[in-house]
Amino acid sequence: MRMLTDFDKHLLNYIQTNLPLTSRPFAEVAKELGTDETTVLERLAWLKSHGYIRRIGPFFDSARLGYVSTLAALKAPPECIPAIAAAINRYPGITHNYEREGEYNLWFTLLTADQNQQEKILDEIRAMPGVSKLLSLPAIKKYKVSVEFQL
Amino acid sequence: MHLDELDKRIIAAMQEDFPLIAEPYQQLAKKIGITEEELLLRLNNFRQGGQMRKLGAVLRHREVGYNANALCAWLVPENRIDEISRIMVDNPAVTHCYARVTCPDWPYNLYTMIHARTRDDCHNIAGTLAELAGLNQYIMLYSTHEWKKASMRYFPEYADS
Repeated sequence: MRMLTDFDKHLLNYIQTNLPLTSRPFAEVAKELGTDETTVLERLAWLKSHGYIRRIGPFFDSARLGYVSTLAALKAPPECIPAIAAAINRYPGITHNYEREGEYNLWFTLLTADQNQQEKILDEIRAMPGVSKLLSLPAIKKYKVSVEFQL
Repeated sequence: MHLDELDKRIIAAMQEDFPLIAEPYQQLAKKIGITEEELLLRLNNFRQGGQMRKLGAVLRHREVGYNANALCAWLVPENRIDEISRIMVDNPAVTHCYARVTCPDWPYNLYTMIHARTRDDCHNIAGTLAELAGLNQYIMLYSTHEWKKASMRYFPEYADS
């Protein structure tokens, strides 16, 4: 964090939402930030290779692409969690998997092409050794999805 | 909007690393086998139609100084859920806010992700939200370990070569 210059912070704030859909998007970003295209490209490459940027590109709305999603939580003894987490992570539709404090100690999100596939995977996870209970909490309404951080 | 085969190929291709070069769409279009104009047009349609939420960068929140995150589950009276959500989403620390189904031993029906610099900050933000919304039943689920965080790869069957 200390290594980020003021320019880096401006660039990161800007690039979080404003990548233009034009032939020379980085030239436009540069113009906005009062610099040149090469500087923008070099800094972005640096910020990406140093782990500040996870991904650049389009972010899609899974439901509008026809995918079905849920947030699931399970209860398992702490010593079983590493093996369960690893087994869960093998499904490609698992995008987030976090160990959390509380009665339900593993929380993950699952995206599948349809409902049947979701139920099949959740049944398989329910049957894993150590899993005593599993909740599936699909969203009814999404009020905000905005993974942006002001620096 | 119905997605045709080309839409799916574009979506699959755009989940690869975005080229950090002067003309990135040109390179992507070439890989997909279409013109840059066609690619920009389709991406624009995805944006208009809401299939694309955003075009830009997602940061690693820990690396940029947001070290704490809590999933906060709230028990909200059903008839106040829209009103309370508005209070929640107005707070910039709240990155996600969803109403979700309940389960027999799990009564919470509204979920917010709170990102902040420290755990104390998360705690205070939730306290402020509770006060503003007039809620007293909620739990903070702090993450203790990240086992996976990945971008979804949509339509993998259309990701060629």
